[in-house]
Amino acid sequence: MNILYHIGQFGLLQRRIFSKPAKFRILLMDTLKEMDKLGVGSILIIMIIMFFMGAVVTIQTALNLENPFVSKVIIGFATRDSIILEFSSTVTSVILAGIIGSNVSSEIGTMRISEQLDAMDIMGVNSANHVILPKILAMIIMMPFIVIIAMTMGILGGFISTYGLDSLDAQDYIAGLQLDFSAFKVYYSLTKSSIFALIIVMVSSYHGYFVKGGSLEVGKASTKGVIYSIILILVANLFVTHLMLT
Amino acid sequence: MIEVKNISKTFGETKILKDVSYTINKGMTNLVIGQSGSGKSVFLKSLVGLHSVDTGEILFDGRDMTKMKSAELKQLREEIGMVFQGGALFTSSTVEDNVRFPLDMFTKFSKKEKQKRIDYCLEHVNIGHASNLFPSEISGGMQKRVAIARAIALNPKYLFCDEPNSGLDPVTAIVIDNLIQDLTRELNITTMVITHDMNSVMEIGEQIMFIHKGNKWWQGNKNEIFNTDNKELNDFVFASNLFKSIKQQR
Repeated sequence: MNILYHIGQFGLLQRRIFSKPAKFRILLMDTLKEMDKLGVGSILIIMIIMFFMGAVVTIQTALNLENPFVSKVIIGFATRDSIILEFSSTVTSVILAGIIGSNVSSEIGTMRISEQLDAMDIMGVNSANHVILPKILAMIIMMPFIVIIAMTMGILGGFISTYGLDSLDAQDYIAGLQLDFSAFKVYYSLTKSSIFALIIVMVSSYHGYFVKGGSLEVGKASTKGVIYSIILILVANLFVTHLMLT
Repeated sequence: MIEVKNISKTFGETKILKDVSYTINKGMTNLVIGQSGSGKSVFLKSLVGLHSVDTGEILFDGRDMTKMKSAELKQLREEIGMVFQGGALFTSSTVEDNVRFPLDMFTKFSKKEKQKRIDYCLEHVNIGHASNLFPSEISGGMQKRVAIARAIALNPKYLFCDEPNSGLDPVTAIVIDNLIQDLTRELNITTMVITHDMNSVMEIGEQIMFIHKGNKWWQGNKNEIFNTDNKELNDFVFASNLFKSIKQQR
């Protein structure tokens, strides 16, 4: 019953979020602000994480494929596909669920307990639409850019790591990156990352929007928002992969 | 004028409001008093549409809020100003932007007209000098003034205040009370104030309703409150020795 209640409440919230905004100019301005806050604000940490992740993936792949019968270019190939298919989208989204999810939950939760959302509703402003929709739009727009940056940094990290490896040189790595490249894989990764962006903001917003109590409950809602976002990202990853790759 | 007719509200098994009726007159400060948990906040939230009532009618100048469709309710809400207990200011916006918010959302004013209205509202509550500060940079009393300025930005017909002077020192509390009373008279609006501050009752209580355990227990004005023999009201109003001695002197 509890799950049904939450599904129903979640559905009703989505109906309020995706209703017609009071003024499109305000929605545009708010979306731009959120793109800066949520999207641009997350780029640096994603760049750092993906750079080192790319380097480690390359080193581990190289160490595990030390076999004279396996071509060295496979290392670059495997690194590229791992980064493009999973690390840049799924792992980045899981990280962003922690960074952005907690931010969104706590911001909206604080607005709830300090009656800011009530103030909007009493004025006749649809608070769900006004507060949450710009965040959703911002993340859907920004996520593909973040993922492309993540891909670039991961592959760059792998490239730099080749200078510390005896078993792999940079030329083989570059040749591996170009081997049997399919743009569809990038398209697949960008598509699922946009779905993950939607999940992060919608789930985190839901937990923040309906918080009751004080700052302790806001913290709990923030944690719940992150946990459920991550679980749903992993479930959605399975479905999207089945739909697009099999 | 707002006429509340026989409203009841239940949460789960608990009946919070029991058949409450009250007429909130235009141009005067109407107070609702009662102990914590008596139902006065639920009463207020029912009037502004944050809670739907189980039974009864709420007539805003003859228009029944309980029967309104969402478009009509939205229209009505634009006529309502509300001052929350904690101010409920948008913490990421400056004082000026807080007052600008309703103007941005509901008017087609030019930038210049909006600025003129913002300046008027802020000057009216004597806080024009803090227009560029954020809520966290101003005192509690100033936050309440900003909340009042935001509430009157759209020239509301109805003003609701939920414990507007809670957490304020006695001097600032009286300033806020008088500000609400002055605005009510000057703008000729229908104002309802929820409070359990007896100083407010004595200062601005032109019409008072006492809610006890979800029931309307007593109604009168600040002078009549001294002569009532209503036990629960006397226990509530004259709980402190100061007010007891004032009553005895009268």
